[in-house]
Amino acid sequence: MTDLLLLLLVVNAVAVWPWSAEGFVARNVLRRDGRPAVADARRPSAGRASPLYMGSAVLDGDKVNGKSVKDWTVERTMFQALHMATAEEMERDPTVCLIGEDVGHYGGSYKVSKDLHYRFGNFQVMDTPIVENTFTGMAIGAAATGLRPIVEGMNMGFLLLAYNQIANNAGMMRYTSGGQYDIPVVIRGPGGIGKQLGPEHSQRLEAYLNAVPGLKLVACSTPRNARGLLKAAIRDNNPVVFFEHVLLYNLKEEIPYLPYTQAIDKAELVKEGKDLTVLCYSRQRHVAVEAAKRLEKTGLSLEIIDLISLKPLDVEAIKKSISKTHRCIILEESSKAGGVGADILSCVIENCSDTLADVPTRVGAKDIPTPYNAKLEEATVPSVEDVMAQVMWMMTPHMVAKR
Amino acid sequence: MSVSALQNIATSTAEAPPAPADLPKRNYLRSMRANVDAKVAQMLYEDMCLGRQFEDMCAQMYYRGRVAGFVHLYNGQEAVSTGIIKCLRKDDVISSTYRDHVHALSKGVPAREVMAELYGKETGCSKGRGGSMHMFSKEWGVMGGFAFISENVPIALGAAFSIAYRRQQMLDESADQVVVCFLGDGASNNGIFYEAMNMAALARLPIIFVVENNNWAIGMAHYRSTSVPEIYKKGPAFGVPGYEVDGMDVLAVRAAARKAVKRARAGEGPTLIEALTYRFRGHSLADPDELRAPLEKSAWLARDPIATFGEYMKDMGYSNDYLLKETQKKVRALVEDSVSFAESSPEPKVEEVGEYIFADGYVPEPEHFSDEELHQYAVALKDELDQQERRKAGDKTPPTAVQLQRQPLKVID
Repeated sequence: MTDLLLLLLVVNAVAVWPWSAEGFVARNVLRRDGRPAVADARRPSAGRASPLYMGSAVLDGDKVNGKSVKDWTVERTMFQALHMATAEEMERDPTVCLIGEDVGHYGGSYKVSKDLHYRFGNFQVMDTPIVENTFTGMAIGAAATGLRPIVEGMNMGFLLLAYNQIANNAGMMRYTSGGQYDIPVVIRGPGGIGKQLGPEHSQRLEAYLNAVPGLKLVACSTPRNARGLLKAAIRDNNPVVFFEHVLLYNLKEEIPYLPYTQAIDKAELVKEGKDLTVLCYSRQRHVAVEAAKRLEKTGLSLEIIDLISLKPLDVEAIKKSISKTHRCIILEESSKAGGVGADILSCVIENCSDTLADVPTRVGAKDIPTPYNAKLEEATVPSVEDVMAQVMWMMTPHMVAKR
Repeated sequence: MSVSALQNIATSTAEAPPAPADLPKRNYLRSMRANVDAKVAQMLYEDMCLGRQFEDMCAQMYYRGRVAGFVHLYNGQEAVSTGIIKCLRKDDVISSTYRDHVHALSKGVPAREVMAELYGKETGCSKGRGGSMHMFSKEWGVMGGFAFISENVPIALGAAFSIAYRRQQMLDESADQVVVCFLGDGASNNGIFYEAMNMAALARLPIIFVVENNNWAIGMAHYRSTSVPEIYKKGPAFGVPGYEVDGMDVLAVRAAARKAVKRARAGEGPTLIEALTYRFRGHSLADPDELRAPLEKSAWLARDPIATFGEYMKDMGYSNDYLLKETQKKVRALVEDSVSFAESSPEPKVEEVGEYIFADGYVPEPEHFSDEELHQYAVALKDELDQQERRKAGDKTPPTAVQLQRQPLKVID
């Protein structure tokens, strides 16, 4: 477990920036009349290398060091990948705007929108007062009238305050208006159980929002899929709630250098295996990978499916995997009572009963407010050991109801 | 005075008399009324009649079992809808509450479509999916129809944001539309209203908050639920000018509306209008309406906006009894036509019950880059690699301001 946590790194993604950007941050101010100032800090090209030390990278057309940029990968953390996706989409389409608390001058509490207000101005990257329901509703109204707003919940749990707007308006307005108003809004933010953040900052909103018709629920889990998925979610004409996990923001990975998109309704096959399928999403994907790694020594091979889309579920991918392994564990971080796992479980039973050799089971968080104490907190969240134990139990002969 | 001479009188707003420093009494602003010519007066009268007759027909159809659900009628408040909305253009947007039929009608949605919606028919303005409380018409700029108290406020704010965004961010000169957000006195106690006023004033959004103060939130009297009953006074606290108007006088409402619309269109920001009015029927058709005193009701009934405006038209020589009756007949025919249209319209197909939930999703496709773009990316990549190299070599110089450039598309150090 500890090595996993080390891998997943830190909590506070107000990470170590190699060089402070404070120098430019202070320059942009809100005009006194309350109108957002146009980003005046767009400087003339200054991208040349420092004269002190010329770099040795060789540039030739679209080739760098002899390799085309198309083939380059670069190392990015997840918050950087999300930052790239946001900036790329805002650049590509001027109707894409960012609305939320501290997304502008402060750069977002997890630095996903750092410095974007310089490039796009205070209107396209809008700092709002602390009024979740109003700015979420505002984004929905703006989406209905031609913009493509991204709403950042500073913490996903705060969006409970905007529940009415998300449920009644983002989810249902298109339907109640007979299809007249599309709501291309993305509601995103850090969620999940962090490290000792207490119960209110450890919400798993996917469980709450699962019951709302008309929403797409997407959970990213790696830098690579975060960038592709967020870009696709922004381009989607439907309201998408985009879940990021606080503990994953500093996860590093090599990702393609050039922009790309990834389907928001397709599950990702993380690892192939033959004995048992683990259906998981968000941070639990990494828990499952770790469990699979350790179980490999025992000769068990797990197939891991990162669901990505929690609603609608990618039933085809689930079916395909279970028809191969015949066994299934659902691994989730939301609580077992009323969590998405219950839905996935019934989906598995309804769709895969002809290929299942055993009743699928769930590993999920406990139905209690997430405690502050580290040990207590750890006990509420599914751990690698929990998953391994569940797998072992599934793979050992046990009572199954006779037909 | 001949009609042509009357038509020469500008329809512009009469300037309000300078208000005394403290203005304790209600209804002081009644003296500020719009001047209208005969044609405009006739239009306003017709629109109010349409609202009234449509709602009466609605009640009839409800009691006959043709219309179902919660039906909230607008009777008595017509001067507000007509006075405000008839100052708007077609591309302006309104956002309404659950008492929304008449707002939709005033905005221009054909009575046929509104009635068909009440019938739950496919030809209704929300295709039978919304019903009484969810009238939507993108064509006419009617954005709801929202059933919860004050949830339409941020939606209207968003529409206003969208307009301001197009004008200021995307430099679209043609984006000078105005948004009107209707709410009731009950909603004025809700936090969203104040949050929205604050944000609208901060960003100077082109929005007009119209509080239709009919004194009753179902059975909760306004003075029992609000510590400061003068709602218009709550605007200035947020930097939103507030005006109180007599909501039973269409010309008073129109005068305030014109001022507010002009202000919003010029990009000067939001306005709050409190229209003092009264609903002649219960909260909804399911409300027995036993709380309100008969004396109170009859006092307001005596100020029926349609009857008083009819009198005004006669006084001004714009109309006479015969013409007013003819107008009523004309409207009657329109309403009856809407009913027969709704009756004969097809029901939505049951197999299409799942239609309209989702729009077409985005299907990922490979990104295409021009040679020039690829080169820009390559330049940015070289820069990044060079920086890494310098950093490794112990160079502590801060990076150049690459984050701030739009080109090349580089984001992160």
